[in-house]
Amino acid sequence: MTRPITLLLAALALVLPLSLLAGRVWIDPTAPLGPEASLILAELRLPRALLAVLLGAGLGASGAAMQGYLRNPLADPGLFGIAPGAALGAVLSFWTGWASTGWALPAFALIGAAGAMFLLTLIAGRQGGVVLFTLAGMMIASLAGALMSLAISLSPTPFAMSEIVTWLMGALTDRSWREVWIAAPLTLAGIAVLQMAGRGLDALTLGEAAARSLGLDPRRLQLLLVLGVGLTVGGGVAVAGIVGFVGLMVPHFVRPFTDGRPSRLILPSALAGALLVLVADCLCRILPLAGGELRLGIALSLLGAPFFLHLLLRLRRELV
Amino acid sequence: MLAAEALVLPGRLRGVSLNLRAGEVTAICGPNGAGKSSLLSCLAGLLAPTSGAVTLDDAPLAAMHPEARARALGYLPQTPEVAWDVSVETLASLGRLPWRTSAAEDAAAINAALEALDLPTFAHRPVSQLSGGERARALLARVLAGTPRWLLADEPLANLDLAHQLTLLGHLRACAEQGMGVVLVLHDLALAMNHADRVVVLDHGTLAADGPPELALAEPVLEQVWGVHARWLGEPGGRALAV
Repeated sequence: MTRPITLLLAALALVLPLSLLAGRVWIDPTAPLGPEASLILAELRLPRALLAVLLGAGLGASGAAMQGYLRNPLADPGLFGIAPGAALGAVLSFWTGWASTGWALPAFALIGAAGAMFLLTLIAGRQGGVVLFTLAGMMIASLAGALMSLAISLSPTPFAMSEIVTWLMGALTDRSWREVWIAAPLTLAGIAVLQMAGRGLDALTLGEAAARSLGLDPRRLQLLLVLGVGLTVGGGVAVAGIVGFVGLMVPHFVRPFTDGRPSRLILPSALAGALLVLVADCLCRILPLAGGELRLGIALSLLGAPFFLHLLLRLRRELV
Repeated sequence: MLAAEALVLPGRLRGVSLNLRAGEVTAICGPNGAGKSSLLSCLAGLLAPTSGAVTLDDAPLAAMHPEARARALGYLPQTPEVAWDVSVETLASLGRLPWRTSAAEDAAAINAALEALDLPTFAHRPVSQLSGGERARALLARVLAGTPRWLLADEPLANLDLAHQLTLLGHLRACAEQGMGVVLVLHDLALAMNHADRVVVLDHGTLAADGPPELALAEPVLEQVWGVHARWLGEPGGRALAV
């Protein structure tokens, strides 16, 4: 496990400073920094890069944990309905017009995430069965999706509607240190909680009965998972909107370099997710696009959909 | 001693009492739906009976910490699952999860389990590349790596050919000889007759017979519980069932 972590840390240490140089205004690292360039670096590029790292790390780690929990390589953090719950909260902040006031947007998103987490644990009950839990998550996701559509269709002004739709696409444009301070503690705490779930996820490799015979408390594992995914994904959605596919893709890149145990996948997936989102956001900044820049959420979905198809085709080959 | 006192599970067990002894191979037999797997799950602490209790060395299982219980009782489910394509060695390492011991201690226990099951050459092979017999041994190695005092296995011989059944039974016998209590749910009555020290026969959730195989699986019991006229052929230890 230590080797992929070291390699990924090294890659991140290399890419992070380089990413700061790229953008609409390219910064020449050999030239002395002017006041404009230092302003761009300190107030725009650095918080944005750190946000990309946090967002990717949270999504990567929660994707790895989700796949371990559901024992399914096609699982994604979105399945629990926590991301849609957070998005619904954010949409309501636009809808009520509070989004423009200070901390309301992330606060609403976090309340949405917490609401989804609460509903999830309430419905899943005390037994902690994986199937019931997943179905509850899907129900919450579709309910949150329907309510979001309702909010959009009833939006008070066309301006609010366009704001909602743009925000839902997910991006790191025009984010500041404020968002970093929101996302950092939530994401880091979330990853720590997911790491604590590692032993339980390892046991679950053998199925639920064998895992319980190894001393696993399914209820505790479920709570750790809801909390960890809630903190990472809720924090991510609160600052960046919906960014999909990272949690699905990243564990697949990392898994061949580990021994296959879910616990060994969480930290490397966090680092690989950070790297993926950082690079993707950089490309979004650089790619020339009429009328602005490519939204991060769209870019990653464009990457993610063919990847998902590739996974499905491979699965189909294995089933034959 | 692993003991069950008047276990009741609605629709499955109707007051089953048992005293199982370490160092023996006990087979639990019975027709489909007799409650064999439910009894094994209760003995493993995975199912809580609605009344009655399971005790391990006179301590109630329900009051034990789940990890302490897991260190004492190894359980192999009927349809073992391995969700990720891990190596045999990694699979065995999962058996160490309840222990929280040092890496060196874990490695020693894992190696001992692999050696006991003739698996060292397969240590780094992915589970997906094993044959059925190798896979059954690897799954048993996972349980043995946890150095349990009791091994509870639900039909460990199903889906294995005769040679692999005998190999696995040999390994289970070796475990019992080292003092472990081995409890197996078995469908094959001839295997139970020839290889168990003791047979427990369940019928409709109650204990129909309990004792040495020659008595517990005597012809009248087969007729009463399974409803078949059958005769044992051959000598003790090499019996075959003629129906």
